[in-house]
Amino acid sequence: MRKDRRAFLKVSAVAAGTLAAGAAPAADYRRVDNFLQTYGVLVDTVLCVGCRKCEQACQVANGPCDRDPELLLDRSVFDTPRRPDECAYTVVNRFADPDSPNRSYWIKSQCMHCNEPACVSACIVGALTKDHRGPVVYDTWECIGCRYCFLACPFDIPAYEYANPLDPQVRKCTFCHDRFSDRGFRPACVKVCPGGALTFGARGELIDLAFIRIKQSPDRYIDRIYGQHEVGGTSWMYLTGTDFANTSLPEVIDRPISDLTETIQHGVFKSFVPPIALYGLLGLIMHSLKDTKREAGKNHDKQV
Amino acid sequence: MISKFETVPIRTKFFTKGTSILAVMAGLGILGYVYRLFFGLEAATNLSNAYPWGIWKTINVVAGVALAAAGFTTAAVADIFHRERYHVLVRPAILTAMLGYTFAVIGLIADLGRYYNIWHPIIPSMWQGDSVLFEVGMCVMMYLCVLYIEFLPTIVEHYRDGVRLPGLLSCLNSLVESLLEVCERYLIRFISLFIIAGVVLSCLHQSSLGALMLVAPTKMHPIWNTPMSPVLFLFSAIAVGFPILIFELILISRTFHRPPPIPLLSNVARYVPVLLGVYLAVRIGDLTLREVWPNVMEGTFASFAFIFEIVVGVILPIILLSRDRLRQSASWLLVGSVLVILGVIVNRVNVFLVAYRPLYAVSPYFPSIIEITVTVGLISIMILIYRFFIVRLPVLPRASQLQSASSEEPKPLATQLKGE
Repeated sequence: MRKDRRAFLKVSAVAAGTLAAGAAPAADYRRVDNFLQTYGVLVDTVLCVGCRKCEQACQVANGPCDRDPELLLDRSVFDTPRRPDECAYTVVNRFADPDSPNRSYWIKSQCMHCNEPACVSACIVGALTKDHRGPVVYDTWECIGCRYCFLACPFDIPAYEYANPLDPQVRKCTFCHDRFSDRGFRPACVKVCPGGALTFGARGELIDLAFIRIKQSPDRYIDRIYGQHEVGGTSWMYLTGTDFANTSLPEVIDRPISDLTETIQHGVFKSFVPPIALYGLLGLIMHSLKDTKREAGKNHDKQV
Repeated sequence: MISKFETVPIRTKFFTKGTSILAVMAGLGILGYVYRLFFGLEAATNLSNAYPWGIWKTINVVAGVALAAAGFTTAAVADIFHRERYHVLVRPAILTAMLGYTFAVIGLIADLGRYYNIWHPIIPSMWQGDSVLFEVGMCVMMYLCVLYIEFLPTIVEHYRDGVRLPGLLSCLNSLVESLLEVCERYLIRFISLFIIAGVVLSCLHQSSLGALMLVAPTKMHPIWNTPMSPVLFLFSAIAVGFPILIFELILISRTFHRPPPIPLLSNVARYVPVLLGVYLAVRIGDLTLREVWPNVMEGTFASFAFIFEIVVGVILPIILLSRDRLRQSASWLLVGSVLVILGVIVNRVNVFLVAYRPLYAVSPYFPSIIEITVTVGLISIMILIYRFFIVRLPVLPRASQLQSASSEEPKPLATQLKGE
């Protein structure tokens, strides 16, 4: 089944290529070549109808908290904005389009599974890792519960089981990675989505698919894929018909969040040369000043 | 740190009215701490998914470590640069640092969700060299060991020839005694190596603490969102080292009715405006280069917090402590150093709490009663232990010696001369 889908995507990509040839400059997303083969999901919010079935499916597949799945289809929750938390790895929020008052957009939020995740770079023990297939995976056993990953995450995704005194865990979308090797695998939310708003596949192919959709209906989409470049690219990417500023998708930087800290960190600890050099320098100062002071001290004593 | 002075315990009653109040606060803090361990973070704190770091990390750990910088600045000045006149400050500085770091770790344990895993960063298979926090953790851990070693001479000196453990433990007397002898013979001989290591480790983690929030560039208020943050953290830690000692020594002289060692303190205080001035210059240069002055003037809580931090915590003490006349008065020295200390604490709170802008915050974070109780309780315990140490162990020189400490280079004691 996956083969079929991927073949479809490839064909579509070729079609798009022919369509777009000459019309627009070649997209520059190949910049981050390393992350075109990892898996991702394209969230097409233009197709999303806000049924919340993805929330329900996630709850059934992964739900750490006992919640009545029937209640998870209640659409009255859209009145107040929500964030993913320890009981819901994904939530859907409604946003009004300021340009056309009758049109609403639903944005599904969950872990974006960044290409170069800030949380993975920040984690003190390596309890968070980036799987080569795409998911950002959490290892409970290594975690010390410092919650530095919360500060690092530019999308504010991780949630904590604060109520659990002994065995609290960091909770976030798992990308259903434990079932990744299943035949015809798709994450629970993607599998259930009735409107075709969620597409699972290789990241590079999803980007191609997104550009096809933008090209085909330029009036319905804005010409940007959220997640293509944001924080160095993310596995989950979004298409909308309204400016991203009208949604909960935050304005972030295009380079990986961890660039700066890792540059500083690796600069200071380059083969441990700076610390050792400082040690040597201080040792030298200590030694050379010691002699002069001792001499001075002796003279002083003689005078006394 | 072999003291070149005769350091003596201040033999006096441990419990007074003041210590009883501290003991009550300490007791409440312990209750709050135990409550957190049994009932969890949600019951004890106002931490949330939006604000995962509260005052335990910000005040007890980050500000605590900054205020404990006295240990490495004094060691550097007195032992590495051999400014012998400041040697009297070394033991109180090491004691301050040792307690500050110990209680930073104790505060951290309360905050960690899986505190029983706190040892994980030591295990090589879990090393994570990309993480700033990993570097801070490792350096703090190693420096804590260095501090215990640096404090050993004080203990060895006191108990060398007379370990008298109570009751059943007395059978261990000779064992402990020989252990102390080994410490004296080997560890203390190589103490210079540890002193330098302490300074290097301190420079590393004091600056790395400033790099911690650089991992959240998109969620930080522009005033504090600067790649210069590690440098600013290091400079402010260095600047607060002497003020914390001035603060301690004046309080000690007041509580034990000893004359304050004005010549020494005033001498030390001369450095403070210089160090703070360097910090201020870097700070202003940074704000100017990044063109964030409009944010300083925006009139929000954050901008007022910044103005408070700079005016009250940096500019005012520079003005106060650069005046000769004010430096001769114990009260003004106290005011000046308290302002510097306050400025550093407010700076750390600003960076970690005020500047942090989570995406989905419903209401701003304010610590819960239990969080405050534990923070205050841990500080109270720290003060009580400090008092216990200076009353029982040879940490401070005699009052008369402290008085004359800075007027000239000290004369080594006869006993020490014999040893050399």
